[in-house]
Amino acid sequence: MSEWRFWFNAQRGTLLALAIFVAMFAIYLLNHPAIVNNGFTVQGVGNVLQTAANKGILLALIAIAQTFVVLTAGIDLSVGMIFVLCNVVASYVVVNNLGAPWGFDLGPVLGPAVGVVIVLLVGIACGAVNGAIVIFGRLQPIVATIATSAVFFGLALWMRPQPGATPEFAKALGKFMLSKFGGVVPASMVFLLIIVVLLWIPYRRSVLGRATYAVGSSEAAAYMSGMPIRRAKFLAYVWSGFFAGLGGLYLTFVTSSGQADSAAAGTYTLNSIAAVVLGGVSLFGGRGGAIGAVFGALAFLTIKDLMFVLNVDPLYQPLLQGVILLLAVSIGSARLFQVRNRLELFG
Amino acid sequence: MTDNAAPLPLRQRLDWPVVIAFGCIILLLVVGSLYSTNFLSPEYLLQQLKVGAFLGVIATGMMLVILLGQIDLSVPWTITMGAMMASAATAYGPMGEVFAIPFGILCGLMIGLLNGVAVAYLRIPSMIITLAVNAVAQGLMVAYSGGFSPRDSASPAMKFIGAQSTLGIPHAVIVWIIVGALAVFLLTRTTFGRAVYGIGNKESAAYLSGVPTQRVVVAAFALCGALAAFGGVLLAGYAGKAAQSMGDAYLLPAIAAVVLGGTSILGGRGSYLGTIAGVILITLLQSILSVMQIAEFGRQIIYGVIIIAMLLLYGRDKKLR
Amino acid sequence: MDSTYPLFRMEGISKRYGGVRALDKAELTVDAGRVHAILGENGAGKSTLIKIMAGVVAPDEGRMLLDGHEVSFADPAAANAAGIVCVFQELSLIPELSVADNIVVSNPPTRFGMIDRKAQRRIAEEALARAGAADIHPSTLIKDLSLSRRQIVEIAKALARKPRVLILDEATSALSAGDVETVFGVIKRLRDEGVALLYISHRMHEIAELADSCTVFRNGRNVATYEAGTKSDEQVVELMIGREYHNVFPPKPAPKPETQQPVLETRNLAWAPRLNGVSLAVKAGEVVGLGGLDGQGQRELLLALFGVLRGTSGDVLVDGKRVTLNSPREAKDDRIGMALIPEDRKTEGLMLPMAVRDNLSFAAMSLFSKGGVIDRGAERRAIDEMIKLLAIKTDGIAVPAGSLSGGNQQKLVIAKWLMRKPRIILLNDPTRGIDVGTKQEIYQLLRQLADNGAAIILYSTDYDELIGCCDKVLVMYDGAVTRTLHGAEITEKALIASALNIDSETREAAQ
Repeated sequence: MSEWRFWFNAQRGTLLALAIFVAMFAIYLLNHPAIVNNGFTVQGVGNVLQTAANKGILLALIAIAQTFVVLTAGIDLSVGMIFVLCNVVASYVVVNNLGAPWGFDLGPVLGPAVGVVIVLLVGIACGAVNGAIVIFGRLQPIVATIATSAVFFGLALWMRPQPGATPEFAKALGKFMLSKFGGVVPASMVFLLIIVVLLWIPYRRSVLGRATYAVGSSEAAAYMSGMPIRRAKFLAYVWSGFFAGLGGLYLTFVTSSGQADSAAAGTYTLNSIAAVVLGGVSLFGGRGGAIGAVFGALAFLTIKDLMFVLNVDPLYQPLLQGVILLLAVSIGSARLFQVRNRLELFG
Repeated sequence: MTDNAAPLPLRQRLDWPVVIAFGCIILLLVVGSLYSTNFLSPEYLLQQLKVGAFLGVIATGMMLVILLGQIDLSVPWTITMGAMMASAATAYGPMGEVFAIPFGILCGLMIGLLNGVAVAYLRIPSMIITLAVNAVAQGLMVAYSGGFSPRDSASPAMKFIGAQSTLGIPHAVIVWIIVGALAVFLLTRTTFGRAVYGIGNKESAAYLSGVPTQRVVVAAFALCGALAAFGGVLLAGYAGKAAQSMGDAYLLPAIAAVVLGGTSILGGRGSYLGTIAGVILITLLQSILSVMQIAEFGRQIIYGVIIIAMLLLYGRDKKLR
Repeated sequence: MDSTYPLFRMEGISKRYGGVRALDKAELTVDAGRVHAILGENGAGKSTLIKIMAGVVAPDEGRMLLDGHEVSFADPAAANAAGIVCVFQELSLIPELSVADNIVVSNPPTRFGMIDRKAQRRIAEEALARAGAADIHPSTLIKDLSLSRRQIVEIAKALARKPRVLILDEATSALSAGDVETVFGVIKRLRDEGVALLYISHRMHEIAELADSCTVFRNGRNVATYEAGTKSDEQVVELMIGREYHNVFPPKPAPKPETQQPVLETRNLAWAPRLNGVSLAVKAGEVVGLGGLDGQGQRELLLALFGVLRGTSGDVLVDGKRVTLNSPREAKDDRIGMALIPEDRKTEGLMLPMAVRDNLSFAAMSLFSKGGVIDRGAERRAIDEMIKLLAIKTDGIAVPAGSLSGGNQQKLVIAKWLMRKPRIILLNDPTRGIDVGTKQEIYQLLRQLADNGAAIILYSTDYDELIGCCDKVLVMYDGAVTRTLHGAEITEKALIASALNIDSETREAAQ
């Protein structure tokens, strides 16, 4: 019994995000026109889930990317740009005839697979650049990632001055990744689950993963305990790039094209911060996790959907969304009224 | 006991970052003049100053907040709000026209107050709260404008300060000079300025010195909001009207200008002269890259690389042991 | 087992920090299966000694022998590997990680590259059980534990490293009474298991209960080593006292008349759990010292007076009138006229990167500004006056405060408050880590300020200073004033005895 208590305590942020998401999504589902009109049909529910999932996975992946860096008590303002850059790269390389121009056509199976690897490597490279500048260049993450995002945007623009895609784009793969299994289960959520189980959980339990938390929680204590501080931080930025790349890939599946869209990049960066905060990840580092961030992202998007089905005037939706965000981030400050030594306020 | 290790390796120095920034400005002008002699013409330089003036006014507020060791990410929609609200007031007849500019600034001030209270009293990290407030400001403006760029146009006074010139000197530049002079005065000659630097360096020490730290933080954020909105008013005057997301393009350059000018993103260190240099540098860089007909992508890459390179030159943190 | 060599031995160890000699040819021998206590005043070199043992700092000269073989440690990990583990005073636990995570932090068990949580759990449970804290759940987050329990986890963390020599540096200072018992049991069991224990504590009764042998340090040297129980408390105190130099203090004036109204008075000032009802009175012209061991509530008392602490109870009176101060800003107001020279000049007193000028005028800006605009001429004059008054050595007023020497930095902190001409001056250990010359100047200054009518409260960890400067000394223990010493009663012996609370303990024992 007491085991559960500790588990619950450690997962409080995640569980809260999950509860908020489930509650909001349930209301959304019950009020969705497809359900209201036709009742709970397998097809109706499946479609609603699929639509929500395919929208949700993009922000979920970017939120995971942001989580890694935030855990080290940093911030990555370039996740959105890495996302967009990888989208653009994917629109070129995730194709059924990769290598054809150079005379070695990899074909419709191997081609897209290699393409996916290339996209992810680009994401990793971007993350590594950020990590190197922050850790070895000793620049503040916020400034460093503002600057690198300009570079990433430039690269994206270089490749795709106009939105578009190669005609050979691997549409079949994209379609599969966005499909639904058994008519109900969205493929993208299955994919997300696999990622979390195969990548996040092992990382969380690795020595470097623990060091990431330690660095964010108390860099001095981590140093005194002889933990691999710099490696852990660098790895966090690399993971961040990887997940942003994965997000870019998924965006390509959704849109079947690449676009150097700086507005989208900005929106995703900002929303990723909102998502991790809602998901119980502390911006001071060391607390929270990717699973919470995923639910934070899904909950954040459901706010929008919910306002749609509840017939909130579209004009007031952004305002309402902003106010909800404002209240959500203000809740944590209640602890301040318990601080008895005012010097502690200044940390 | 460990005291003797204390004296920091603080180089007695010229203000390095400012020197480098101005050095880069000269370098840019020289490189530019190799392309075209126009680069050294007064007309071109004044034109650049005019373009830079909008950024300059906005960066002034951002600098105040960064000096505190905070950041204001609500600047984009505060700019837009200032522009839209001033234009909206203009539509209310002659009285509206008179109050257009103050009203726009007042709206920004309110946004800044909200930020400041949340940061100073609720101690919410400025990065988050200003992000949320930006969303709220955007929501307000979308709700107000119906999601389209409003048809209201700028008042004559706004056009006068934003777009017109006297004897070839753009009024926007004069406005920036006045704002800048006030900022220098505020930062160097007033108790408020001293408090801003003190809080940025060590908030606990400032508090124990009996400085009203919370009020200073609120005031700095309020000023930042007001100046961002004023920047929006100027931009609306320049363009003749407000536009949706007109502020988005100013957030990153404003932060970059302040930081390139040698102000530490951790707060407590930096001079307004540096911010002037940073603003001119960024404006010039953007202009030269476009005059050289480098494609947009190249401009972005060079822009990013130069900022990183300059920061690596002088913006690094102290090493951990 | 061959025991011709002692388990661990340090010979001729010296260490200097800049000009300050922390250790001077110190010797120490530690044997397996014994508890060895180290005694000494603040700054006698104890903490430097154990830092060298634990590999945190390197000695300038001297050698260390483990089992008769010379060893040197590049970092704490190397010392740990050799079996020397230290439980430090400052906690090195990571708050957001669990107890088990922290116990195995430097060397977690892994399986397939991942942390083996079952093995980790086993190690943690074992270590906690050995530390007598099986009731701490390994999954608890450190941040959810009390300070006392955290200290126990520190000990468990040390035990998990299988130490041969375990150093406990003031390990009981943060412990609750129940946990102290537990730790004592653990220490005794470890001794029986053959571990060598080095025990540093200010608490005489703990040493009496635990130690097999004791070494007294003074001025960076081991002055005596003796078997436990062979010396009386008085003799030990004698050994700890005695210094090569003696400070010159200004003469003290006659005591103030009883009838004179105190400038500052407190009645039952409390801030649980650190302050438990402090009543004191300070008259104009008086220097009142706060004595006692470090961390007995002196710092909190000064902060409470200065309006920093929230939720205090009891009364504070200034000039006989009750006042409520909610911030330093209210405390420094001319009607109150209070100033606090804080504990840490680097984080609380000064902004080191800022100019000397900005630092000096920071607390007193209202004096030479009008409507928020600073009159630079007036500021300059006030600053020059202060620099001259305190003889602050600086290359002008535009250099950063951080470029000054420690002593001059401390003078800056004092000067910035003297600018306001305060009537009530609170000082938190103002001479810590500064050179002898500057100390003398500060003593003279304090007396001069008192003679000019200021009421002064001086907290110091240096007993000499309390004896030389103060008209009376309040000795604090556990958040309350346990004894007040007047005039000639203020002797080193009386200070140490009452700080260690020996009197009351003997009383308790008698009951």
